[in-house]
Amino acid sequence: MFFYHMRMAIKSIRRNIVLSALMVAAIGIGIGVCMTAITVFYMMSSDPIPYKSDSLYAVQLNSWEAPGPYDADRPERLPELLTYRDAKALLDSEVPTRSVATYRSGFTLNPDNPDVSPMLVMSRFTTRNFFSMFDVPFLYGAPWDEATDRSGDSIAVLNYSINEEVFGGENSVGRTVELAGREFTVVGVMDRWEPVPKFYAVFNGAFEEAEEVFMPMLLNESWERQNYGNTNCWGDTPMNGFRDFLDSECTWVEFWVELNDAEQKSRYQDWLAGYIAEQKRLGRFPIENAGAEVHDVNEWMDYNEVVSADFRVLVGLAFMFLAVCLLNTVALLLAKFSGNAARVGLRRALGASKAMIFRQNLVEVGVIGIAGSLLGLGLAWLGLQGVRSINLGHYDRLVQMDANLVLFAVAISLLSAIIAGLYPTWRICQIPPATHLKTQ
Amino acid sequence: MEIRPILSAMLRNKTGAVLVVLQIALTMAVVVNASFIINQRLEKMNRDTGIDVDNILIFQSWGFGDDYNHEASITRDIEYIRSMPGVIAVTPTRSLPVSNSGSANDFRATAERFDENNVEYPSVNANTYVWNEQGIDAVGVKLAAGRSFYAEEVQFRESRSSEFAPVTIITKDLAIKMFGTEDALGKTVYDFFGNAAEVVGIIEHMQGAWIDWDELTNVIISPGVSAGPFIRFMVRTEAGRRDELIAAIEEQLPKLDRGRMIRRVEPFSDVVRHAYSRDHSMTILLLSTIILLVSITSLGIIGLASFAVRQRTKQIGTRRAVGATRMDIVRYFMMENWLVTTIGVVLGSILALAFNVWLVDTYALDKLDWHYIPLGMLALWVLGQVAVLMPAMRASTIAPAVATRTV
Repeated sequence: MFFYHMRMAIKSIRRNIVLSALMVAAIGIGIGVCMTAITVFYMMSSDPIPYKSDSLYAVQLNSWEAPGPYDADRPERLPELLTYRDAKALLDSEVPTRSVATYRSGFTLNPDNPDVSPMLVMSRFTTRNFFSMFDVPFLYGAPWDEATDRSGDSIAVLNYSINEEVFGGENSVGRTVELAGREFTVVGVMDRWEPVPKFYAVFNGAFEEAEEVFMPMLLNESWERQNYGNTNCWGDTPMNGFRDFLDSECTWVEFWVELNDAEQKSRYQDWLAGYIAEQKRLGRFPIENAGAEVHDVNEWMDYNEVVSADFRVLVGLAFMFLAVCLLNTVALLLAKFSGNAARVGLRRALGASKAMIFRQNLVEVGVIGIAGSLLGLGLAWLGLQGVRSINLGHYDRLVQMDANLVLFAVAISLLSAIIAGLYPTWRICQIPPATHLKTQ
Repeated sequence: MEIRPILSAMLRNKTGAVLVVLQIALTMAVVVNASFIINQRLEKMNRDTGIDVDNILIFQSWGFGDDYNHEASITRDIEYIRSMPGVIAVTPTRSLPVSNSGSANDFRATAERFDENNVEYPSVNANTYVWNEQGIDAVGVKLAAGRSFYAEEVQFRESRSSEFAPVTIITKDLAIKMFGTEDALGKTVYDFFGNAAEVVGIIEHMQGAWIDWDELTNVIISPGVSAGPFIRFMVRTEAGRRDELIAAIEEQLPKLDRGRMIRRVEPFSDVVRHAYSRDHSMTILLLSTIILLVSITSLGIIGLASFAVRQRTKQIGTRRAVGATRMDIVRYFMMENWLVTTIGVVLGSILALAFNVWLVDTYALDKLDWHYIPLGMLALWVLGQVAVLMPAMRASTIAPAVATRTV
């Protein structure tokens, strides 16, 4: 029976080839545009560390002072980053399972291999728990130990790509690299690790690549490399040199804690309140109700608007676009089926049941829907290539479809085809056998 | 032209008409809002930077090694670049204008500590740059009054130091915010620490770092050279010689000294383009959406009309047989489309406004300029009429004799 329906469907489609092609094109373009937008959106807003995103928290402290709030347009917001002195103090708290302070820098790397020319590397100063907290995979070696966090020795962890570039991918543990003129011993090499979005540091490019070299934060107290990224300061205490900067009220350090349950979280919030009270006695945290806030990974992505408003608008538009395409398809199907009325009337008169007519037309709609969705997938792929080419390399990592998305695309197009086809199909079944025979 | 028969024909196929009306309304809501956003982005991208964007090249210099001498290295590099034919001026700078990265500080026009009640001399946030005596020329901004820095005013700075040079050049926009209508030249500007600097020059117009910042044109420039070991250079060249100088600098400069790396020698215009890449992609994506949507809608109209013509072949033949001219037939279809489109665009105007209200509320976009509504209506009317023209013309060629045939 199915094959009979199929044959009839193909016959009917060929009878109105232009109209059918229009319907396939409408569904295809609608799906293509919609899926392009959804793919970019899905990648942008995906949870970068799903199995523990609800136990990792970014910490904010309101160390800011009048004359104005930290963010004049949204006065309820706290500085996103910590002062260096607060970050160091918070590292000492024993409440969280792990605490991590980190900031970004960059400098020259001069390999001991004369065949490789000097290069620039993005680097991150941090504490050892960074690797265990964010589950960074290691290819060779391991993170530095706790003693190194306190001694600040000249050691470094390399990421996969820089180890490829400098050491040809060999196990470089124990070898040395010259960074900004100082010799560093490699203690570990990371495996490929590129969280999207780069949730542990979403400022200045949440979709940029991860840093290439990681080293103990303490060592920079004497090394004095400039930090990169946002630095916000207040106060009128003059600064003379890096030491003053470290002691200043400037905020520039990202701070994360791992809290495994609600009880631990509330204990940590109490601890932070105690810390602020203590600092207030020392004359810091001048705002009357200075507080602290913690946000888990997904809250933090929202708080910092990692998915730009532009993209949300585009996704909204894409759905309106799909709606137009579907309305278009429904109108065309309706027209087409009503053109079939006489034929349906005849078939009904000859004994075809309503269910039979319904199935017949549903198969036809299904064929159009599947053709449309295949076209849509192809167009979405083209659309993603387009997005890739116009974004000047910014969103390269966002424009790839995974199995979930392909399944979603197929589901949404079948659903669209059925939604579009159901009403016209139902309408045509209502045709009384006699009406259309009369005019013949 | 009688509207009544068209209306009654439409009422017999209500669903079909409603679907087309909805489609036109949604199309209008999308097209109106998308073109409004596009236009805003284009305006934003076309703002005057005040800078000679096309004739500037930039590069980075990274010192490394224990024997790197920032002052000696920069002095030698400047001297070398100045001696190259085609170079107008060169300055070191820590950050670049219109790059979305830079620094800003609070400044005020009085020595007193900032006070919220001090309405007369409010504290003003401004982009800060540190340039040498050729900086104004190297960036190609125009001085409206006063002078550039003198060479003896340019000092090498310490890292993370809060010193403030005793002279400064500010933009006209900043001058107006700090001193109102008074002439700012010769006035004193104070930084957050209470250090004073005399305004010796006023820049006609210049953009600072962050393109989305509403105080983009508040810029204050101090004489000096920022601390190393990382520094950028801006080099302004004679018109048309930028690219040859990029190649020359890339080739020759690294040879002067192996104790620092020269990286990313590139046109400054690339930086500006990169800064606006988000807006640029948004306009392209929106434009593609509009084009696709309009094609879908017009193809839909053409498809439906062609189908209707085929369905009504006999009726059209009958009308022709009883005296309707070919023009009457064309007019019938045009009129039918006009009616549907009119209902569609009226509904579409409401939808467009509602969509805009949602965008304003949710994403803090700007309020729709009302001109877009009538323009959108007009565009869709034209679109509908053009789309229906071809099927209507075909209908008019149906011979009256068709009426006499039985299917």
